[in-house]
Amino acid sequence: MATAELMTPGFGGGLRDVLRSRYLLRLLVAKELKVRYRGSVLGLLWSYVKPGVQFIVFWFALGIFLGMNRNTENYPIYLFSGIVLINYFNEALGNAARSIVGNGGLIKKIYLPRELFPVASVWVSAVHFVPQLVVLLIACVIGGWNPGPVQLAAAVAGFTIVTLLAVGLGLFFGAVNVYFRDSENFVDMLLMIATWASPVLYSWTMVRDGLFDAFGASTGGVLHTIYQANPLTIAVELFHFAFWMPTTTSPRTDQLQAVPPDILDLWTPIGIATAIVVLIVGQFTFRRLEGRFAQEL
Amino acid sequence: MTIAVDVQSISKQFVLRHTRSIKEAFVWIMKGRKGDLSQKFHALDGVSLQVHQGESVALLGLNGSGKSTLLKHISGVMLPDGGSVRTRGRVAGLIEVGAGFHPDLSGRDNVYLNGAILGMTEQQINERFESILDFSEIGQFIDTEVKFYSSGMYLRLAFSVAIHTDPEIFLIDEILAVGDEPFQKKCLDKIKELGDAGKTLVVVSHDLDLVSKVCRRGVLLDHGRVVLDGAVEDVVASMRGRH
Repeated sequence: MATAELMTPGFGGGLRDVLRSRYLLRLLVAKELKVRYRGSVLGLLWSYVKPGVQFIVFWFALGIFLGMNRNTENYPIYLFSGIVLINYFNEALGNAARSIVGNGGLIKKIYLPRELFPVASVWVSAVHFVPQLVVLLIACVIGGWNPGPVQLAAAVAGFTIVTLLAVGLGLFFGAVNVYFRDSENFVDMLLMIATWASPVLYSWTMVRDGLFDAFGASTGGVLHTIYQANPLTIAVELFHFAFWMPTTTSPRTDQLQAVPPDILDLWTPIGIATAIVVLIVGQFTFRRLEGRFAQEL
Repeated sequence: MTIAVDVQSISKQFVLRHTRSIKEAFVWIMKGRKGDLSQKFHALDGVSLQVHQGESVALLGLNGSGKSTLLKHISGVMLPDGGSVRTRGRVAGLIEVGAGFHPDLSGRDNVYLNGAILGMTEQQINERFESILDFSEIGQFIDTEVKFYSSGMYLRLAFSVAIHTDPEIFLIDEILAVGDEPFQKKCLDKIKELGDAGKTLVVVSHDLDLVSKVCRRGVLLDHGRVVLDGAVEDVVASMRGRH
């Protein structure tokens, strides 16, 4: 008992502490899932119903009314593979940004690695992502999906980018939210933009052609590069590459133009690198701010 | 003797008036930073305290004298503005028992969740589960959602989990409002037992008779400063003499 060293309490190891408290993390996730669906008849089924309805609305409005079905082969699969990823990001970041204030009662009283809460929020969202993925896979198989290892790796890369990004931004906005409650409203706005700023509802060639028409080749080119550097855009395109592209056929869809040609060898590393930088910045900010959580909450 | 808790002249300032939005802060900056955006006061002002292993210390003082703030610094929930806090071994707080309880989970789920929050591993909780259940006297209601518990049952279960965490240093803040008299007595016996087993105890309570029974040493705080440190009887007597 006397062998332990004198230590300064309250200085955690950041995300490394989360790895060490895996058991607590698991319990927090289980609690969240249990509490979320208490007293609801459909339970986890809501995770299927909500994106399903959203999908039907978009499909009618965009696919049929705006005629996207004519421009894009298998537009429902194109649409859905992007939507599930954006839904995952929206839920993960939205909840992570609120997680510190939401668990204020606990954080004020007991010391534990506070990174657990944003990470648990993202994990809960990942659990909700699974049923959506199942729906997507069923649609893909019906559409004649036969992926190779590259496609599967692309899907994993897309998911990883979004996860890292959500944890990083979640740590950042979760910590800032303690000081300025404006933060969660800002996040809501950001999430609304995220849906439209990545090629979920439209195709990337429309962005390129639109920007070139509006701003000319040079300015348009720069703007398009900025658009393309958004890690969410990259992740969505990776999902298109993994799930939608294998269901398309040569004469109808130009296989060289379906997703940006340099998506795998150029943009994927950029997306992963950006997401890691965001994670580091998020963790750094969190560490700087967490010392005063207990008194500010 | 080995020092278990070493607090070196820590200070803590609290901000009284907060701005809660960027708008207010922005307006304040635009007005040329006139006036103070916030008022500050010292919750702790140069407090030093050494607690040896196996010692039981009572922190005494009126409301707002800084007792609970000091405990929060020892547990690591708060970090001092100046000075340093160091502890040896695992610290667990019986601070506001039941803080980690969720009303919509069953008693059993809450035992596991709260146990993990207080730093127990899955294996430790499994091993001690029977003992936790026995001590809490919850019995068959363990699988009922905690929101249906009476407040006494709730506190008994929470206290029982906390007491089973088995840390080297116990921080106890006003927990003896737990349950009915027999259960209070049981808690008290358990705390004494921990003290006899060589655990370090730091107790905050307004119940002077009770702390004299549990602790040997008393530390009197007033407006964030240590004004008296000695045998608990002397400190209690001095505190009573002041009023």
